[in-house]
Amino acid sequence: MLPLIEREVVTTRKWVGTEDFLDMIVMAQTAPGILAVNISILVGNKLRGKKGAFVSALGSTLPSFVVILIFAFFLAKYQELPALQKMFRAVRPAVVALIAVPVFNLSKAAKLTWKTIWIPILSAFLIWYFGVSPIWIIFVAGVAGILVRLYRDYKSSKDVKK
Amino acid sequence: MLYWQLFYTFFKIGLFGFGGGAAMLPLIQFELVEHHAWLTSTEFTNMVAVSQMTPGPIGINSATYAGYLASGNVFGSLVATVGVVLPSFIIMLVIAKMMSKMKNNKYVDSAMQGLRPVVVGLIAAAALLLMNEENFGPQCADYVSWIIFAVAFIATKWLKVHPILMIVIAAIVGLIIY
Repeated sequence: MLPLIEREVVTTRKWVGTEDFLDMIVMAQTAPGILAVNISILVGNKLRGKKGAFVSALGSTLPSFVVILIFAFFLAKYQELPALQKMFRAVRPAVVALIAVPVFNLSKAAKLTWKTIWIPILSAFLIWYFGVSPIWIIFVAGVAGILVRLYRDYKSSKDVKK
Repeated sequence: MLYWQLFYTFFKIGLFGFGGGAAMLPLIQFELVEHHAWLTSTEFTNMVAVSQMTPGPIGINSATYAGYLASGNVFGSLVATVGVVLPSFIIMLVIAKMMSKMKNNKYVDSAMQGLRPVVVGLIAAAALLLMNEENFGPQCADYVSWIIFAVAFIATKWLKVHPILMIVIAAIVGLIIY
């Protein structure tokens, strides 16, 4: 969705400059939530403040909302249809594969090494086997990231004093 | 109260959904299937298929879809969708105010570094939880399902087949073989 947003917002309408847009992407990616929605809120806010942010958020949400609502309505109504059941029976294992693929692609992006590979394995196991909520895992990981940083800063400041 | 729970649940998902659509899925699955049992595993997997095939972000799609299935009406969809977007709205406005400070803040940066490896594990857990009897037959022993899984995995990972095309192919295969 990013290239689409960039074309509209930067190239066609010239609402934000390329550099501003890049900053917005970084912020939108760092924050939780849906990337496209986050960016649209930033663009709207830049142009017209809170009101702008509100209408942009609405605009980027509404099409999905309507399309999915139509789908959900018909699927709920016709889910007993044999043809649909046959299709979904084969589609489901394929979808599980589609979810599994990013695990391997993201491992590269996360720069996992033999020293850090235990982190995703442990978190997956805690959720899958022990039923720990992913929210807890996210929370702990974020705090741990900060603690590691503080510890390193503390250690390097002591080394400087020596 | 179901509507309040829907709102609250999707607010949590929006608040803790770091790292894009794929990273949001495990949260959605955990909350909706494992925790609240608003969706069966079958319904969840079907929903992911529909989300992949329709345009728009998967976070919105799943909120709308799950809200509808859980409540049986449009209001449930609305409440869930507002819930998932609201944290973004609040957080982005705050960030925009402190734009320059947040951009290179070392603590924000360190927290994100801590999250990155964990997100991989989260998605792996989602895939593992879906390898169940509802998707892979009794005792997960339906070998046809596993063949479909393996082919779809190879096709999307190495042959770069587009996910939408993959789902369409699987649907046609299902019509023929079952």
